[in-house]
Amino acid sequence: MEEKKSKVILHGMWASTYSKRVEIALKLKGISYEYVEEDLQNKTESLIQLNPVLKKIPLLVHDGKPVADTQVILDYIDETWKNSSRFYPEDPYERAQVRFWVIYINQQVFEVMGRVMLQEGEAQANSVEEARERFKVLEEGLKKQFPNKTIRGNDDVGLLDIIIIASFGVHKALHEAIGVEIIDPVNTPTLYNWIEQLQELTVIKEVEVPHDRLVTFLQKCRQEHLQHTANA
Amino acid sequence: MAEKEEVKLLGIWASPFSRRIEMALKLKGIPYDYVEEILEHKSPLLLALNPIHKKVPVLVHNGKTILESQVILEYIDETWKQSPILPQDPYERSKARFLAKLVDEQIITAGFVSMARADEKGREALAEQTRELIMNLEKELVGKDFFGGKSVGFLDLVAGSMIPFCLERGWEGIGLKVITEEKFPEYSRWVKNLEKVEAVKDCIPPREKHVEHMNYMGERIRSA
Repeated sequence: MEEKKSKVILHGMWASTYSKRVEIALKLKGISYEYVEEDLQNKTESLIQLNPVLKKIPLLVHDGKPVADTQVILDYIDETWKNSSRFYPEDPYERAQVRFWVIYINQQVFEVMGRVMLQEGEAQANSVEEARERFKVLEEGLKKQFPNKTIRGNDDVGLLDIIIIASFGVHKALHEAIGVEIIDPVNTPTLYNWIEQLQELTVIKEVEVPHDRLVTFLQKCRQEHLQHTANA
Repeated sequence: MAEKEEVKLLGIWASPFSRRIEMALKLKGIPYDYVEEILEHKSPLLLALNPIHKKVPVLVHNGKTILESQVILEYIDETWKQSPILPQDPYERSKARFLAKLVDEQIITAGFVSMARADEKGREALAEQTRELIMNLEKELVGKDFFGGKSVGFLDLVAGSMIPFCLERGWEGIGLKVITEEKFPEYSRWVKNLEKVEAVKDCIPPREKHVEHMNYMGERIRSA
């Protein structure tokens, strides 16, 4: 079925896991897009005009119409390009489960990992403990809800897989940058295995970020933040 | 489908999150059992169904548990197809979802923090922040009876339960004027429209009691 040629632009940032989610989604659906790398200290006029409320990346522009907020973008992509592999299961209850875990990752896991990244000393140690607890909840949830998870190809990749690989695929770089290991085969075997399987896919390898570059970037962010807080 | 549908909602009378679910169920004409939870003494049922967050609302449908108010709304819309609450068009859906997130993330935070501040200057600054955010909703209402167009939709339920029927009660209690008809004519018109819809009207928390409750909550935060 021939689809009308549409113009898709993604405003993103190479180190952003949110931006990565959208890139993976677009690639999975086979959508050609123009990529605009944003310098977050010096955002383009387009970004500010098209996303005036949040002024954030990622921002998708489809035939001139802006769509903002990562999750909103992912749903938009899934609902607009319906001919290729769908991001959600058919059953409403199973869809609700996927949505729940996505929210859990975004609100609970990301929140604590942000603190782990930007704190030091005792504060960081406390956050690390909290992070371990939240990852444990995620681990149990995934094991229970999605037993025998197998990823053979792109058709097995849905929304939760996209979020997991984009967010945690870089766990080795994260560990190197902060010196703490949270995702590993002993404590989070389900999640670890899930990530390993996804990393085998070509579509995922295509968006891989150079490890050393990311480690340097994360360390820089951390140092800058700690300096800033110390000077405040 | 031979079996009787079992729909149960665990909620709290003052929670905008559980009120919006009641509105959705009523809009679609879905019969349900309501279980009132008490914030300070969560029932064993709630703790069993939502051990992770221990929060309301919780929807139980034929033994299946659904959590998170916006997830519940989407679930309801996908399960019971009459009186759809999300728009059909993907772009319109994306706008509704984006603004719903703005309500539940930024507007609620600015709104509650404005009530938590003890100093007048702080309150006014946050009130101004909240106004700027609500202006995005104001613009979206131009030429429409509701966000959903001619009828109540997803964003009407999310924003309605949160702003006029929750935050405004809080502001009333502390005498903070955040939204005026002068600055927000579309919003004001929209609220009047909402109040005429039975499914919404029947699910608004009683005003006096609610203002008192919000005052009490505000005082607890301010003195903490």
